[in-house]
Amino acid sequence: MSIEVLEAEAIHIMREVAAEFQRPVLLFSGGKDSIVLLRLAQKAFRPAPIPFPLMHVDTGHNFPEVLQYRDKRVAELGLRLIVASVQDSIDTGRVAEETGPRASRNRLQTTTLLDAIDKNGFDAAFGGARRDEEKARAKERIFSFRDEFGQWDPKIQRPELWNLFNARIRNGEHIRVFPLSNWTELDVWRYIDRDEIEVPSIYFAHRRRVFARDGMLLAENPYQPTGAGAEVYEATVRYRTVGDMTCTGAVLSGARTVTDIVKEVASTRITERGATRADDRVSDAAMEDRKREGYF
Amino acid sequence: MDILRFATAGSVDDGKSTLIGRLLYDSKSTFTDQLAAVERASRDRGDEYTNLALLTDGLRAEREQGITIDVAYGYFATPKRKFIIADTPGHAQYTRNMVTGASTADLAIILVDATKGLVEQSRRHAFLVSLLGVPHLMVCVNKMDLVGYDEAVFERIRHEFTAFTTKLSTRDVTFVPISALRGDNVVNRSYDMGWYGGSPLLHHLENVHIASDRNLVDARFPVQYVIRPQSHAYRDYRGYAGQVAGGVLRPGDEVMHLPSGLTTRIAAIDGPDGPVDEAAPPMSVVLRLTDELDVSRGDMICRAHNAPMATQDLDAMVVWMADRPLQTRSTLILKHTTKSARAMVRDLQYRLDVNTLHRDESADQLRCNEIGRLRLRVTQSIFCDPYSRNRLTGAFILIDEATNLTVGAGVIN
Ligand SMILES: Nc1nc2c(ncn2[C@@H]2O[C@H](COP(=O)(O)OP(=O)(O)O)[C@@H](O)[C@H]2O)c(=O)[nH]1
Repeated sequence: MSIEVLEAEAIHIMREVAAEFQRPVLLFSGGKDSIVLLRLAQKAFRPAPIPFPLMHVDTGHNFPEVLQYRDKRVAELGLRLIVASVQDSIDTGRVAEETGPRASRNRLQTTTLLDAIDKNGFDAAFGGARRDEEKARAKERIFSFRDEFGQWDPKIQRPELWNLFNARIRNGEHIRVFPLSNWTELDVWRYIDRDEIEVPSIYFAHRRRVFARDGMLLAENPYQPTGAGAEVYEATVRYRTVGDMTCTGAVLSGARTVTDIVKEVASTRITERGATRADDRVSDAAMEDRKREGYF
Repeated sequence: MDILRFATAGSVDDGKSTLIGRLLYDSKSTFTDQLAAVERASRDRGDEYTNLALLTDGLRAEREQGITIDVAYGYFATPKRKFIIADTPGHAQYTRNMVTGASTADLAIILVDATKGLVEQSRRHAFLVSLLGVPHLMVCVNKMDLVGYDEAVFERIRHEFTAFTTKLSTRDVTFVPISALRGDNVVNRSYDMGWYGGSPLLHHLENVHIASDRNLVDARFPVQYVIRPQSHAYRDYRGYAGQVAGGVLRPGDEVMHLPSGLTTRIAAIDGPDGPVDEAAPPMSVVLRLTDELDVSRGDMICRAHNAPMATQDLDAMVVWMADRPLQTRSTLILKHTTKSARAMVRDLQYRLDVNTLHRDESADQLRCNEIGRLRLRVTQSIFCDPYSRNRLTGAFILIDEATNLTVGAGVIN
């Protein structure tokens, strides 16, 4: 019951965007939330094709399994995918690579994303963010207004009442739209289970060489030194979220099927971001600060 | 398992954040890393105990000032229900925030501080709950531990509150004596209030009957989006997508299209996973009709003998939410169901004092967070119902054309 209500709400939001905006885009990373978004978009417009392109902000540090999945999915559905590359932003001098053992391209993505939105003239961008992920997200609107600098200002958010969304913007501004706002991690997995949607292999338990840092298990990867003294060992892990290899932690897990994952998520005592995101450990307000700058 | 959306209201320091924290904590919906963060923050602030209020106080500005400044949404589930909490803060912007949270709520919780008794704001909150048509109200008399768990205090507040709520339209009002801080009657029954025969708050939230709150009588389908695939296989396909706003629709039903007034039949209804036998609120579906009519976004599909009002003149209660006051003759964008049109404020009949319900007919403007009864003239016909009959076809928002901000929320009389 509850999953059907959430689905109906998300489809309503997607159709509203298609009706009110000139050039929407769906941000598709190959992660579970954007996979659900994509499925909802198929349902919202069928038998017509999805009336907007997909875009991925590629940090260059993504898991290869996820990129393969992304390309396969896009090809199957015959959709147009725009890849906005952080490496290009670095090469053209728009941003500078961070240095040090905790360097990540996470923050750099914002510039790449905003440049791509501007270049393509997108006026609405669907994202898979959920309000249960993080405290700053909990206060964000479903239609989240961004000024010409792409910034989010929590103090001047538009009140959002009933199922009536204010889609009015000026040139150069855009709206981030979050159809999964009211979904939790468990809802997302239950939906994937119910609809039997394929997901990238790294969500399932697999053997991987990992090392511990800041209380998280990071994958051994070509982009990041493991640091002196860090022991690299093999473990059976899976990912709860897919971001950059450099800052996304794996969890010890034996979950081999989506049904196993649903069970695991239903009983876990640690939040998704808490278990897996180094970027939010910097401070209690790390996400809020990134969002103000125009992050997802 | 279904979903209950509820809004919480209370004045600053009544214990709203503590209550939500307690609900999450005692229903085992908090995570160890969240609790660790809250314990750390509590210590940093010099709190003597783990401050559960910090579980929900989101943004940096709030953490610094120790107050909630914007509607925050929270989620938890028990084996019975999934809950969506709209936590609406009780200070300066309280009307705007509370109206926002209450607009989609099945139930509202109003907190009253037992040591202070009913205050002006309690009446405001109850009035807003009633104005926004929230079907169920729970009044939590909090901080019972500070009044020695005294039944007489609870009963006094209950009587006073009831005297006020009987003047309002909310029918289902329940009172619970609680201590959010100590957890009495929130999730678990209180040992110190044996005199209370009712159940704890969570038990009410899990069991309140909401299935019949939606209007399943008057068929209303605002057309949101027209699906017309440009492909050979679906050359003749024309589907009208939207979210059912009232009634039950079935294939074969005779329906009327507005504004044309023409009747036709429903040929098929497509749900998210294919054809369905019926559609009711809040389903998002696609209707196919047997005749080719000229149907577009903003139109309404209903029944020939049960149509909404079609009018350019609206009589509505409006909550004003902008710094610039609302004046008569100003022009705004009105968004109602899937239709947007210009509207002019013809006149302000009165401004309502939400504390006393007194009507000030001499008022000539509405300031931010004030409520008034307006007459609006819209450039096109709006297909609407009284809000008391349908919360979706009876509601609208107002948008300022110059700033694009949402500046008002209206419910149609
Ligand atoms: N003694 C007692 N104190 C409470 C209770 N509930 C909340 N408080 C205290 O009242 C103060 C305000 O609570 P808070 O939850 O921040 O209020 P809010 O402003 O309504 O969110 C805090 O110091 C709480 O610890 C209660 O049931 N009993």
